Amino acid sequence: MSATVNPPVVFTQDELGWVSWIDPLPEAELTERHYAGLVDRARAKSEYFRLLVRDPEVLEARTKTDKDIFYNVADGLPRAERELAAAATSRHNGCIYCASVHARFASTYSKRRDDVQKLLDEGVKADLGERWNAVVKASVALAATPIAFGPDNIAELRRAGLDDAEIVDVINGASFFNWANRLMLSLGEPSK
Amino acid sequence: MATADIIDTLAGIEPGSALDAIRARRLQARDNAQKSYLSLLEPIDASDFSLVERAAIAAFVTGLHGESPVAAFYRDKLAADADGARLIEAIDAETAGGKTSGPYGSYPAGPLSIENTAGLIYRVSAERKAALGPRLVAALEHAHLLVFRPRDAASADMKALLDAGWSATGIVTFSQLVAFLSFQLRVVSGLRTLAAANV
Repeated sequence: MSATVNPPVVFTQDELGWVSWIDPLPEAELTERHYAGLVDRARAKSEYFRLLVRDPEVLEARTKTDKDIFYNVADGLPRAERELAAAATSRHNGCIYCASVHARFASTYSKRRDDVQKLLDEGVKADLGERWNAVVKASVALAATPIAFGPDNIAELRRAGLDDAEIVDVINGASFFNWANRLMLSLGEPSK
Repeated sequence: MATADIIDTLAGIEPGSALDAIRARRLQARDNAQKSYLSLLEPIDASDFSLVERAAIAAFVTGLHGESPVAAFYRDKLAADADGARLIEAIDAETAGGKTSGPYGSYPAGPLSIENTAGLIYRVSAERKAALGPRLVAALEHAHLLVFRPRDAASADMKALLDAGWSATGIVTFSQLVAFLSFQLRVVSGLRTLAAANV
């Protein structure tokens, strides 16, 4: 287990590191089964992925789910708003690392860096305009345990102009970050 | 795929329905959510994390979210396992005792400390520790932390799992299971809500 890190104490769009509390696999021990799990061979250089590749089948399936939910933008919700759902979920669950990555993506794709920063600074009740407010509120309702997502969230997303395919993208993006946040938070911590 | 899609089954999505068509546009996500389920609940290698442990933790985690088709599914799965049936009573009691509302927890000391929210720090009750055994006791306590107060997770929590006999590989799969179920529950709930809004 690693000892000292320099943990960030605020939500930020800066690039952060991440330190594992348990041992990743050494690169020399990776087999073809592990490389299949990594999906991209270059990920063998990342400690995080060499930790997750201890279970290669789950890592492979999880990575491919992630890529389709966020990168398959042939139709449905614009990438920026999928990233907003991810950032809002991470802000609410308290995953400083995930929030940093997906806030940066949300800023890049929306060109609304100040609004994204407002979400990080003020939290999920920040006023970001009708459409973004609806996406953030739906993400927060999905993150609650017990799950608080209901017909009001659907109605609000529709009033903001989202059709059913786009609403499914909000559901998928926010739900996926309840997976990602817990994985990151369980196994290690961010570092500056 | 040979097995019926578990999210479709739990969300009540019929072939040919509007939501079926929307999900078909994200085929890779749909197929790989199913593969995640299969690799976590029907793994090719269960040597670091037994099938009955997986079923017990799944019943606990989904039960903590309240009654739902997902919780009923995993509870039935535990009951169907010969060793699992013996755990049902303890898992039911621990689930009832662990229910609360999240997310809560603390941030690293600093400006975010004003957002710290106190809540239940769940521990398995003394009278059920023997029935569950040290590995499941440690796992249920960590699972509860991940469900309700993930931001509280610390290196000491990893140490507790290692001390209870969990391997590093077992901990990775166990964390994936709790995290995956958090995803699956929400997709199912979200899709059911959307389908109901369209009736």
